[in-house]
Amino acid sequence: MYPAAFEYVAVGSFAEASEQLARAAGEGKLLSGGCSLIPLMKLRLAEPRLLIDLNRVPGAAGIIAQAGEIRIGALAREADVEASALLAASWPILVDTSAVIADPLVRNMGTIGGNIAHADPANDHPATMLALGARFLLSGAAGTREVAAADFFQDLFATALGEDEVLTEIRIAAPPPGTGSAYLKYERQVGDFAVAAVAAVVVVADGRIRSARLALTNAGPVPLRAQSAEVALAGLRVDDGAGMDEAAALAGDGIQPWADLRGGTAYKVDLVRGLAGRAVRRAVARALGHHELSAAAAHGGPR
Amino acid sequence: MTVTPARQHRITVTVNGESHLAAVEPRLLLVHFLREDLGLTGTHVGCDTTSCGACTVTLDGRPIKSCTMFAVQADGGEITTIEGLADPDGTLHPLQQAFWDEHGLQCGYCTPGMLMAALPLLDLDERPTDAEIRTQISGNLCRCTGYANIVRAIASATQRAHAERAPDG
Repeated sequence: MYPAAFEYVAVGSFAEASEQLARAAGEGKLLSGGCSLIPLMKLRLAEPRLLIDLNRVPGAAGIIAQAGEIRIGALAREADVEASALLAASWPILVDTSAVIADPLVRNMGTIGGNIAHADPANDHPATMLALGARFLLSGAAGTREVAAADFFQDLFATALGEDEVLTEIRIAAPPPGTGSAYLKYERQVGDFAVAAVAAVVVVADGRIRSARLALTNAGPVPLRAQSAEVALAGLRVDDGAGMDEAAALAGDGIQPWADLRGGTAYKVDLVRGLAGRAVRRAVARALGHHELSAAAAHGGPR
Repeated sequence: MTVTPARQHRITVTVNGESHLAAVEPRLLLVHFLREDLGLTGTHVGCDTTSCGACTVTLDGRPIKSCTMFAVQADGGEITTIEGLADPDGTLHPLQQAFWDEHGLQCGYCTPGMLMAALPLLDLDERPTDAEIRTQISGNLCRCTGYANIVRAIASATQRAHAERAPDG
């Protein structure tokens, strides 16, 4: 399958990418890992006239701790997020998330920025970003601005990015003491999009959940917060597994995941209820420093 | 907007240790560049949709699916295809030998991709478990469903690579 012809430019900076976007006047597309864009181009569902390759922008793929934050360059590969010792120690939910995207070969190309900016409701990072309260740096001709994940995802494949703006960096506050996080995805087979997935971030103190943030993948046109579950989780004792399951199950209230080949709406709602409890339990276990059985995540059932 | 879609780009890529200078149209996929421009037909096109892994090659040491990358993106890169595994004298790469010994192929269509995907496992400090091997080839499909022998072949090759690297021999 051949894409329609296009002009290609490999830019050396995000500023140059922004200039090229402006020149293309709506007919340009940014290329990072290409995992979503290139298949769309091969099917001619996308026919950009100008392809702006970001892969040669220097210093755009770092994963660092700086100024009380974790900063991830938009061009960081999923494989590098997955293998990051810094993230495993600070926000393991990011390792969870990258590890269940597509397959290892795709993860060698795919980037965290591309996964976010493409804003496919079935992509995995958007819900994780929402649960983390991440902020995105957007750079354009008018300068650089910071947009919260909650304000970034606007609709199906639609984001706050202006026509000449580029997502350059993801910023996440360093985890406060007692934090645990986890992302749990249920998929039909490796490489498929989520039937449903839940991102959970909890803060634990004195044997109780102090606060919880939950977000859902593929439960609507944008990633969704599960606020009623969050409220119900706050204050629960960390050894109250049944209570956590019951509170987390509220994540299924009020959502309307569409029926498709992956399942009907009622099934998906039920799946969200179950996954939410498991994601919260895993996050709490991590907050308490418990070891886990990683093999259980890799084989059968939710990853 | 003034675009020149047909413009050719000059790229330099190293494939199996040999440097190639080529002029490519931007929409030329890496897999077609390898197969049609360089004649390296060992890299297969299977699904052409990033699913099956038959087109797997390594780029700068990392296995990737060459149906989902443009040749122009590989400019300056170092690519290894299945043709680059065996010694010039015909001695099989240990991974190839293990596939031979363990009957790790039936029709052979997925085999080049399986080998290229499994390659990084030979360089791990620890011997990979069967679960890790299965994860590593989870982006590669074998429609003969010969996975058991494929996993056995990779395990055998990694075992030997690990034994050869061990300080005690």
